[in-house]
Amino acid sequence: MSISVQRITKRFDDFVALDDVTVDVPAGSLTALLGPSGSGKSTLLRIVAGLESADAGSVVIDGADVTGRPPQERGVGFVFQHYAAFKHMTVYDNVAFGLKIRKRPKAEIAERVHRLLKLVQLEGLAKRYPSQLSGGQRQRMGLARALAIDPAVLLLDEPFGALDARVRAELREWLRRLHDETHTTTVIVTHDQEEAMDVADQVAVMSNGHIEQVGSPRTVYEEPANEFVMTFVGQAHRVGDAFVRPHDLEVTLEPNGSTREVMIERVVHLGFDVRVELVDGAGERLSVQTTRDQAELLELAPSQIVYVRPTRHTTFT
Amino acid sequence: MGKYALRLSALGYLTLIVLGPLAMMVWRTAEDLDGAWAAITDPDTVSAFKLTILVTVIAVAVNTVFGIVCALVIVRGNIRGRGFLNAFVDLPLALSPVIVGFSLVVLYGINGWFSWFQRNGFEILFATPGIVLATIFVTLPFVAREVVPTLREIGTEQEQAAQTLGASGWQTFWRITLPSIRWAVVYGVVLTTARAIGEFGAVAIVSGNIVGKTQTATLRVEDAYQFSYGNYAPAYGISFVLAAMAILVLVLMIVFQPKESRR
Repeated sequence: MSISVQRITKRFDDFVALDDVTVDVPAGSLTALLGPSGSGKSTLLRIVAGLESADAGSVVIDGADVTGRPPQERGVGFVFQHYAAFKHMTVYDNVAFGLKIRKRPKAEIAERVHRLLKLVQLEGLAKRYPSQLSGGQRQRMGLARALAIDPAVLLLDEPFGALDARVRAELREWLRRLHDETHTTTVIVTHDQEEAMDVADQVAVMSNGHIEQVGSPRTVYEEPANEFVMTFVGQAHRVGDAFVRPHDLEVTLEPNGSTREVMIERVVHLGFDVRVELVDGAGERLSVQTTRDQAELLELAPSQIVYVRPTRHTTFT
Repeated sequence: MGKYALRLSALGYLTLIVLGPLAMMVWRTAEDLDGAWAAITDPDTVSAFKLTILVTVIAVAVNTVFGIVCALVIVRGNIRGRGFLNAFVDLPLALSPVIVGFSLVVLYGINGWFSWFQRNGFEILFATPGIVLATIFVTLPFVAREVVPTLREIGTEQEQAAQTLGASGWQTFWRITLPSIRWAVVYGVVLTTARAIGEFGAVAIVSGNIVGKTQTATLRVEDAYQFSYGNYAPAYGISFVLAAMAILVLVLMIVFQPKESRR
């Protein structure tokens, strides 16, 4: 079911958190709201859920204007960064909460909770308390709890932000698979561009209470609408008036007409990739992303003088 | 060495200040068991204990409900003046109970703002309602003071999660908020109970100390002491029961409290 946010404005005292924001989330999509902290992405998500009220504008879920409705009546599943686990309840009771509120028959609740626990791989832990779970397990419980009410839309507020890198990557892949199975319209808030690119099929880039660009991960990366998107989604260096991604710089040992002379400061091996940190005569720093094979071929080493040339660049007018 | 000195001084201090007097009282009670027993089973003493228990039950019930309400307003309320309310809740701790009792006498007395009750046959002063009011006043802070920090600590995310799952405000309170603060409430109730059982100053002024009618257990101890004529057995006996009640309440709390939940 689609979500349509229309001309939402939200102020906290003097601070404008959202300034006339309009964005559409197509039914069945997985959309990421991507932006630095303070960009308004979490506030926007909370307004969609009804946990925060907008000063102006409207929220439409599945064709119905829900702007004035309380969160109880919006049918959204919400997943919190810090899990918001019900600490005094077992995993089973946490997941069953929404169904108990809806007064579903006991047998139906039991059947559904166990199916969800299986889905989030917590079958054996139904009787545990949240304090006995790891962060990743707690967040999977949070997801199962949100999915239990069969939500029209699933909203995730930095769901993996409090987890370590490995668990993050695992959960994000798992979320993507889950979405491919259920096709529940999902919005995930994140400040991690890699996470957004990895998991979403549509990315809305936000800064300072504005939507900067909405598009597929590939579009926002390869055809950024402006300087902010260029530099926030992926790395970029400013070279004169143009912006260049680190992998769009070519390193050569000999100069040719359009190259710049630079000195290697550091060669960082990142597995398949190698990052070469450079400094030019004016003291400006650049980094180049290249392959291990290429770095070995050129025998790149610190203090070496090399030449770089952009193979591709972007300018904004 | 220093560790032992520290322990010794803490234990010594407790013994001197708390255990010493209590032990002495128990000792004296045991010396004249028959005299103590006669005093405890005296119908007027039984009546005094009944009154103390009644007053305690009412004061605890009222202050539990309003203590939780006050804590919710102080922590979650979106109103001006919650800082004021926060300070206000502490006021009974700062005021001498004698002043509390005296102010009630002034308020409900013949020239007070609320003299209407007394003039129209609703006896407040020198009757049970006055004792209840004085006890409620004096024991007001305990539940709120315990609940406020716990409410702050649990935050609002669990409540918001419950709302997105369809729980109404009332359901959220009963199923999420109250269970999360329950040990703070229990601790507050224990402190309120102990304080209500032991209240003397405020009650002494509003009750009139009418034997068999408005005399609470603490007032009875005072009477037994004042009019002992050298026979302290009744005072010891009644004190012993009062102290035992308070200690029982504390022990019950320790028994029921789960191991990890207390700071």
